[in-house]
Order: sequence, then C-alpha cells, then structure tokens
Amino acid sequence: MKSLEAILNECEALAFDLNFTRAKKWKAEQSNRILVGYLPIYIPREIIHAANGLPVGIMGAGDRKQIIKGDAYYQSYICHLPRGIIEMALDTNLQEFDGFLFPAICDCVRNLSGMFKLSQKGKFQRYFDYPQNFDPFIGGTFYMQEMEKVMDDMYRVNKVRIEDAALFNSIKLYNRNRQLIETIYNIRQEFPWRLSAVETYHILRAGITIPVEEHNQILEQVIEHIIKERGEQMDNIRVVISGSFCEQPPIGLIKSIEMAGCYIVDDDFMLGSRWIRGEIKENFESSLAALTNAYINQSTFSSAYYDVGNPKGDRLVKMAKERKADGIIFSAASFCDPALLDRPQMQKACDDAGIPHINFQYHENTGQFKIIKEQAGTFSDSIKLWA
Amino acid sequence: MADPKEAIKEKSMVIQKDMLAKQFNDLSKAKELGKKVVYTFVPGNLTELILAFDMLPVYPEINALQSGMRKKSGDYIKDAEKIGYSEDVCTYVKCDIGMMLNGNIGPTGEKLPSPDLLLLSYTGCFTFLKWFENLERLYPGVPVAMLHTPYQEDGKITKDQVDYMVKQLKEEVIPKFEQVTGKKYDPARLSKLLENSVKAEEYWVKILEMAKNKPSPIDAYFAGVYYMGPINTAFRGTDECVEYYQELYNEVNERVKNKQLPVNPEGEMKEERFRLVVEGPPNWTNFREFWKIFYDMGAVIVASTYTKVGGLYDTGFRHNPAEPLESLAKYCMGCYTNLNLPQRVELIEKYVKEYKADGFLINSIKSCNSFSAGQLMIMRQIEQRTGVPVGFIESDLVDPRYFSYANIKNRLESYFQMLEQRKIILKQEQAIV
Repeated sequence: MKSLEAILNECEALAFDLNFTRAKKWKAEQSNRILVGYLPIYIPREIIHAANGLPVGIMGAGDRKQIIKGDAYYQSYICHLPRGIIEMALDTNLQEFDGFLFPAICDCVRNLSGMFKLSQKGKFQRYFDYPQNFDPFIGGTFYMQEMEKVMDDMYRVNKVRIEDAALFNSIKLYNRNRQLIETIYNIRQEFPWRLSAVETYHILRAGITIPVEEHNQILEQVIEHIIKERGEQMDNIRVVISGSFCEQPPIGLIKSIEMAGCYIVDDDFMLGSRWIRGEIKENFESSLAALTNAYINQSTFSSAYYDVGNPKGDRLVKMAKERKADGIIFSAASFCDPALLDRPQMQKACDDAGIPHINFQYHENTGQFKIIKEQAGTFSDSIKLWA
Repeated sequence: MADPKEAIKEKSMVIQKDMLAKQFNDLSKAKELGKKVVYTFVPGNLTELILAFDMLPVYPEINALQSGMRKKSGDYIKDAEKIGYSEDVCTYVKCDIGMMLNGNIGPTGEKLPSPDLLLLSYTGCFTFLKWFENLERLYPGVPVAMLHTPYQEDGKITKDQVDYMVKQLKEEVIPKFEQVTGKKYDPARLSKLLENSVKAEEYWVKILEMAKNKPSPIDAYFAGVYYMGPINTAFRGTDECVEYYQELYNEVNERVKNKQLPVNPEGEMKEERFRLVVEGPPNWTNFREFWKIFYDMGAVIVASTYTKVGGLYDTGFRHNPAEPLESLAKYCMGCYTNLNLPQRVELIEKYVKEYKADGFLINSIKSCNSFSAGQLMIMRQIEQRTGVPVGFIESDLVDPRYFSYANIKNRLESYFQMLEQRKIILKQEQAIV
C-alpha cells in the first residue's frame, strides 16, 4: 500500500492537471474509448462508463491558468467558471475530448453549451436538462429520455450500445465510489484532524479525472490510512460549507478557513460525486430505471434543484445537526445567482434553528484570503467563546 | 439634461393604457369581484389557461419594470439587499421582493392582492425557479404550480418534450388551478380563447414585419415594448387584445402608406439614418433618456429579440385551438430565451438581412444571464455572417446604479459614427461598380 503522503501528492497533481493527461492516456489505450467532459454539478456518470467512456469533470481553470481569451467572451458581471472553461476549450486543454455535457444548473452553463456548439468543440455538446418535476412518470420519464439522448450521442462516436448488464456493472462501481467517499466523510466527522478538508478535496477532485476503478482503489487506501490516528486534534469549531457547488473555491480559501480554526465537516465542493445519497438499486427493473429512480428519490439538496415541499434550508440544518456542526459558512462564487438567491432563505432557516452562520463570496481565482481568514477566525472565536 | 416633455401617444397606446388601468383596477378589487389571483412570468405565460379559470394574473417582472420606470426600484432593491440578497443577483427579483416589503403597491398606487396561486412557468430563465422558491417562503401556504419547460437543446421541439409538458399541465398545473378556483377545466373555453390568440398573433406579426419598409413606420424595440404588452401578458386570448392589435395594425398601415416614420415621446421622427437590430432587454430606470439617444441620432430599431421573450410568432408559430395543451407547450418552448445559442444567432442573422439593418447592437443586461451569457460570441457570429458593424453597451433592468448615461451615450455616438462611415464607404464602392 502506498503511503498517504504519496497518495495525496498524486491526487493533488491529478486534481489540477488542466490538460487531463491521465484521462487522455486512458483513451489512447483502446481505439473505441471516449472522453466525455461534464460541468458541475451532477451527471449520471454510469452511462458514460458503460459506453466505454471516461466521464471527466471539468470544474474550471481555478487559479491555475491565466485567462486571456475567456475574458473577451464574458462580461464582468458573469461568474468566473465559464470564462476559464472557454479559455481551456480555445486552448488545447480539452482536445481529444469527444463530447461535453452541460447540466442544467444555471443560464450561464446553459448558454456555455451553445458557445461550445457554435465553436464546434468536441463531436457533441449537450445541455443536460434536469427535470424539475419529480413525479416518476412525468419527471422520471423525461430524465430517462435525457440519458438516452446522451447514449445516442456517444453511440454516434464509438458505436457502443449500452447493455443492461454493463450499465448495472457501472452502477455497482459508482455505488462503491459513493460509499467509500461517504465513509471518508463519516471518519472525518469523528476525527476531522486525520484528513484535512484540502486533502479530502484533492482526493475527490482527482476522482473525476480518472477511471472509477482506480479512484475506488485510492479511496480504499485512504480509508486504510485514516482509520488509524493521524494528525493532531486542535481546538477548532466544526463547520459546514454551503454554496460552493459549481465554481470551485481556490484551495487557498479552503486552507484559510481551516487555518482560522474551523474543521470543515461537510461541504458541497464536489457535490456531483455525492449527489445520489445511498445506493442506486443494483437489481431494479432496468439499469436506466434504477438511475432514474435514484435521481428522483435520492438526490441531495442543491440550488439547481426545485425544492418547494422540501426546502433546502431545512435540509441544510438537518445536515449540520447530523454532522454536529457548530456553524455554517455560506461561501458562494460571486455572480452565482442560484447560490446567492438561495442564501437569504437558507440563512433564515439557520436563524430559526439557532445555528450561527457567516457568508462571503469568492472567485475561483481569488488570490487574497486575509479578510476571509479574519472573518472565519472571528466566527470561530465567537462560537468558542459565546456559543 | 433637459426634463423630458409630456410624451406624445398614438391612439393604440391610449387603448392599451385603458386596458392596463382596468386590469389594475380589477386586481385592486379582486376579492370583491371574487377573482383568484395568480402570480406568474411573462416568458411561457399561460394567459389563456388563467383566463379560462377566470383568474387574474400578476406578473412580478412587469411590476419590477414599472417600479423601474417610476424611479422606485432603487429603494426596493436596497431594501432587498438589506435582508441578505446579494448585490450580484437579478434586480427584478430584488425589486419585486423590495416592493413586497414596502406593502406591494402596484403601478396605479393601489395595493396589489396577494397571490392565491404561484404559477412557476419556468421558461428560458433559471432565475425564475429561484424567484418563486423565495416567493413561496414569503407567501407561506400559497400553492405553487410548477411547469418545467425543456430547453430547445437540439434546436427543435420534440414530441417527447411536448408530451412532458402536457403531462405536467394535466397532472400538476390544471389540478392546482381547479383546487384554487373550485372550477373544472373547460377545454372548449380554452380553445375559444386560443382562437382569439391566433387572430392577435396574425396582426402582431404583420405589424412587426412592417418594419421591413424603408423608412420603417415603427420602432420595434422602444415602442415595441409597448406594442408587445397585451399579447405577452394578461390579455392574449381576449377580444380586447384582438381589437388592440387590429387598431395598431391599421395605425401602422396608415403610416406605411404615408411614408411616416416612428413616433417617439417627442413626436414623429424626421429622418431614418440608421436601421438597427437590437438584442437584449432595455434599461427601464432611464428608459426615456435611453430611447432619446437613439431617436436624436435618427436610429430606428427595425427588429429586436426582446419583444420575443413572451412569444416568438414571426417564425411561424401560432397557438392551435384544436390542440390547446400541446399548443401551450409549444408556445412556451418557443419563447426567445428558450432557444439555444445557434438558434438565437440564426434568428438575429435573419433579422439583419430581412430588415436590411445597417447594424446590430447588444444592450447587455447585468441582471439577465439568460440573455447576457454568450452575447459576446453572438456578436462575433453576427459580424462574421452579415458584415454589419456591431455594437455593445451595458446597463441593467431596474438597478439605477448600473445605468451610466454618459458612458452609454459616448459609446453609442462612436457606434453611430462608425455606421455613418460605413455608409459613406458603401456608397463610394457602389459608385465605382
């Protein structure tokens, strides 16, 4: 077994390899393999895996790439994520990708799908419409049709027809992936000092750039390491971070929160990898029906998901209580309409439940963290002293 | 800047003013009249269905733009920001919430009734979803009917998408209407209303297409936002709506015969120097000043995309009384902001060519990502495909902090100079040939 340090170094390199070297190498190993890039938040990766494809999460350029062309495509009041992604598309970063999927999370990502169409990046570009109706016979049918369109797109590229058995096998592998990730989060809930939030982030983000089989091995090894004592317990408060589900915060921001005296015991950074809560049924009427059933009934809460009848604020409070969090940090990307429009009502839910909270905004390439660190530090001190 | 003079109004504008006054009067007496009130959106609005249930619609976007024109939006927005709404988010939402916090006083100065139903026709704008999630919490206990309109991802409307929408209408939307009003859905009544919709749509398209004349008898953007009012909001399907468009058609037809130019708030334009196609909503807080920059320069907007947010009819769609629910579904999916980017580019290209525009201008709105994200690519595409000079200005819907008169005027003057130069060059080239 590799040392944890070696694993962490490997994951950090994979997570921020904006050329997706490992994914491209994987594709080159067999002639009919395909690479399908997807944007935040959630895509049923199982269908890509079953089509002999590798789903690759494209989470933006972060603070790792200078944006020149991207800024010429976006006004100043539009979030940073799409300008980084269009920069990558116009450079060589996304060459060899066969297709791109743009989940329905906001109008910026929706229109970015059109920009990819107009600039003819990849062999297909698809806006993946999430149903906002959760009746299995209405929204469920629509969701299944959305998946079938992606399957047709992929078929046109590599002529692989997805068999039910293959898709069930993929479901099994991703079930394992989700289960291992939750195990890590559960261990961190008890012993957050054993694996920092930054380290956890690297491990999860690496997972969306490599085959799930390899990621499962990494996760298993990480768990082997962290079930044993590691690190040193600090007098930190425990926080949940909410609002960072799409444009990802720079690592410096996560580090600043931790250094300011906060253990991040839950977050929505890599929400797509944790979107489905619990297992997708491995012996359902059909594999597509199993994926649909999971989407309709087991999705987590998110600003991209219509929540009347099951408000996000209440679900966030429930999560904070389950994680024994002392407070919640609302950390959203600037100009992120979904997160920022949800914030007041979610904050109200926290107020009603007596959970302290603070908020701030960031860009994926924010470089100054002093104010955020001070704010998080004051939050931590105030909870320690007065809560 | 001089004080704006009293606006000169065409007859159809007076008719519309009366229609709106009656509408707001009815709203203020909704309880006395025994009418149920539904809050809903302009894009993908189900006006005929609402009217078939004898309900009164309220459009929060219209309230917001009216607040903008009445110079009240700035304070409303600040009030919403005080309770936690970020400076970064849609100002229509903040203006609406601020207006609610301040007693929900409508444009006529009377209090708007609270909703009995929130109809979330989620068409072409993700923020609508967030907006009504917020309203649901601000009006606790009011039922929400959600109608998810699929995006035209493949550049066409598919049977699956229509089926999805019809199922939602039958199993989610109509039952909520029935529950709130205590009335049964009457398809014959809906079809009857749709017959009127078709008549109004026919007139509307003819009116828009009259801008192909040189000179254009109408301004299809600044005046267009008034012209589109009845068909895009509470009146589509009514006799009054048909009468309004018939009158407007006659009026515009007369202008064509007389080779008259568009009417603006200061009178009739004297010269058509530039013909433009405009993309994006206008600014409402400084609407008159904004418009004046154009008519002072002799610029006429011959086609605009904003007037298609409440329905795109000039590519052939008409409501179909024989298939009422399917027709509503297709209408929703056809609204401009529900088109994918390549469709938007094709439509604008068609406008530039068919309306013989001299230029293409984008008014990019800070609040509206549905319009704005991708506009810079649209601009390049149009420039490449048509060769006309393109211009780009920025403002906001109803946040006065984002309207910089001097900056916009400066940019537009430079743009008009460019158009002028191009005209001279084209003339010289033609002379050589």
